[in-house]
Amino acid sequence: MKKSIFSIISNEPLTSNVYKMTLRGDCSDITRAGQFVNIALDGMYLRRPISVCDVEGDVLTIIYKVVGKGTRYLSTLTEGELDILTGLGNGYDTTPSGDAPLLIGGGVGVPPMYNLAKRLIGEGKRVRVILGFNTSSEVFYREQFARLGAEVYVTTVDGSEGIRGFVTDAIRDLEYTYFYACGPEPMLKALHKASATSGQLSFEERMGCGFGACMGCTCETLTGYKRICKEGPVMLKEEILWN
Amino acid sequence: MELSVNLCGITLDNPIIPASGTFGYGYEFAELYDINVLGTFSFKGTTRETRYGNPTPRIAECTGGLLNAVGLQNPGVDRVISEELPKMRQVFHKPVMANVSGFSIDEYVEVVSKLDKVEDIGWIEVNISCPNVHGGGMSFGTDPVCAGEVTKAVRRVTEKPLVIKLSPNVTDITQIARAVESEGADAVSLINTLVGMRINLNTRKPILANRTGGFSGSAVFPVALNMVNKVYNAVKIPVVGMGGVSSAEDVLEMMMAGATAVEIGSMNLVNPYACKEIIEDLPKVMAKYRVDKLTDIIGGVI
Repeated sequence: MKKSIFSIISNEPLTSNVYKMTLRGDCSDITRAGQFVNIALDGMYLRRPISVCDVEGDVLTIIYKVVGKGTRYLSTLTEGELDILTGLGNGYDTTPSGDAPLLIGGGVGVPPMYNLAKRLIGEGKRVRVILGFNTSSEVFYREQFARLGAEVYVTTVDGSEGIRGFVTDAIRDLEYTYFYACGPEPMLKALHKASATSGQLSFEERMGCGFGACMGCTCETLTGYKRICKEGPVMLKEEILWN
Repeated sequence: MELSVNLCGITLDNPIIPASGTFGYGYEFAELYDINVLGTFSFKGTTRETRYGNPTPRIAECTGGLLNAVGLQNPGVDRVISEELPKMRQVFHKPVMANVSGFSIDEYVEVVSKLDKVEDIGWIEVNISCPNVHGGGMSFGTDPVCAGEVTKAVRRVTEKPLVIKLSPNVTDITQIARAVESEGADAVSLINTLVGMRINLNTRKPILANRTGGFSGSAVFPVALNMVNKVYNAVKIPVVGMGGVSSAEDVLEMMMAGATAVEIGSMNLVNPYACKEIIEDLPKVMAKYRVDKLTDIIGGVI
């Protein structure tokens, strides 16, 4: 973990309520895809944990959805500096991916898949990505994944773009060696059941500190109590205990 | 410039103590800075058995602070002694404050007697004020008779300085403070969190799965300051002040209200370097307010 000051380079909407922000600062503690940063915002007591979409040198990219007071405020910033804790969470382990890993992102679970896809493609893997949304106006980053060299499948619940239905409707006909997922809990639960291989899934919880001190985000797993912010947010398929 | 204070016969290099439940067993923070700069720290509340705590969500933000309903998650006293304290020892080389909680007098006694045998524990802070567990914790701390009974029972099993941690969720905190003083407490620490609630307007349900939680953070500072001052005037034993302390200035205020040492809680969760920065700021702030020795200002509010 590192606490440092980042300067905002850009902050622009990708859809009606999803924003992409790029920042410049010390990214040296971000070592894996699937980690998150925790951002201090003026007037808010707690920091806001946001997943890392990409890191390139000293440029950090985050993509976030406006869901409350904190993210609404974040969406208004176009310049200035932010106090950010980086290098939080365990992130995805690419070692067990096999030759043809499948990456599945749902809604704002899509961003962490970007850096993961980049890393896996860099390792010479054949990467396929399923991006799940409710409707076509919510779709983002389709072309960016394609440009990395990934095979991209989009699903929308209403069928307005790509495959009609849920991400689980897209995985049925695919063969893959391992899977990585991030998205809403019902999606993760469905994938846990529908997936043919082992995999890693990233979870969300309301956090206090984001670095393991307060025990606010603990969940029970088959291998003991785990802090979503510290031992997580990425869990192995085999250790997840659904409640 | 003299920052050291004496708490129940043990000298602290400075009065800063990270509060229980915000600092784990120290080693998470030792990755960030040398935690031996602290006066000491109070480790995570310890019970007899392993506890998962309450269901999530157990954190909710509020203006100027947060609600928590963690509910005393900890590995239980035996594993604290066999697993956590050896790890702590590698990074912290001063007497540490053990924090104990329980659901019955028997449990408090058993946990305290086990911790009494651990050499590097300097003080035992007995939490009779946890608002997030049912049938224990705070129920001992809201009645002067119960608070006195717990104190009396744990007093019998340890010679180590006993610090009783008090709840602000009472009509008259001085009554509880006097009750524990008369049963042998060496010090009191206050305030634990204030019971609070938040509601999600979309679902009309409480944000916390436990419905209520303990409110802490900078917003509670004036409430804590007043209670510390009232208790300071009501008892002869030292008072450890806490509640919303966020800066070196707050530390001075807390000491002027009557605190011998100052615990810092929620601020550690927002800024993991908070205690280190406050310790570094203290000499500058002392100079600004013409304080040469911190012990000179304890209870010095006019």
